[in-house]
Amino acid sequence: MILAKVVGTVVATRKDPRLVSSKLLIVRAMDPHGNVDGNYLVAVDTVDAGFGETVLIVSGSSARMASGLKDCPVDAAIVGIVDAIDLNE
Amino acid sequence: MQLARVIGDIVTTHKDPGYAGVSLLLIQPITSAGEPVGRALVAADAVGAGVGETVFFVRGKEASFPFAPVEVAADAGIVGIVDHWTVG
Repeated sequence: MILAKVVGTVVATRKDPRLVSSKLLIVRAMDPHGNVDGNYLVAVDTVDAGFGETVLIVSGSSARMASGLKDCPVDAAIVGIVDAIDLNE
Repeated sequence: MQLARVIGDIVTTHKDPGYAGVSLLLIQPITSAGEPVGRALVAADAVGAGVGETVFFVRGKEASFPFAPVEVAADAGIVGIVDHWTVG
């Protein structure tokens, strides 16, 4: 999983029927120090995240294991809202 | 599998129900020389690893296999703690 920051939303009227009622957010990968400098991704939100929050993104086929996404055509899902990062390098 | 060092842990209150009781650790992949390589990532811990330990982890859907039959939506999982390693 990667850490990311929610930076936007996506509105799509025409989409795969299995994505209807899914909330799509634009997230940008960040490092543990809080530097938001990675790739942009569109991810399905399963935990009701909001703009500016730090979230946990699961990618690939594992994204379909998030709740409510079984057999959905997704490869990135938001599966957690990060409260704190306890870094000890 | 890939070698990594555990560099921290992640606190999440609001998360996918499958993650209940699963500890999430921040890991930094390392080379065979122990040097950091690439971006740090979050992995589900299946072996009780702790901060500072060297571990090996799997990527992809296989990361959820240790937690079966619970479906944990994980794409990276720690599956072993390294005691020591030698190269060449």
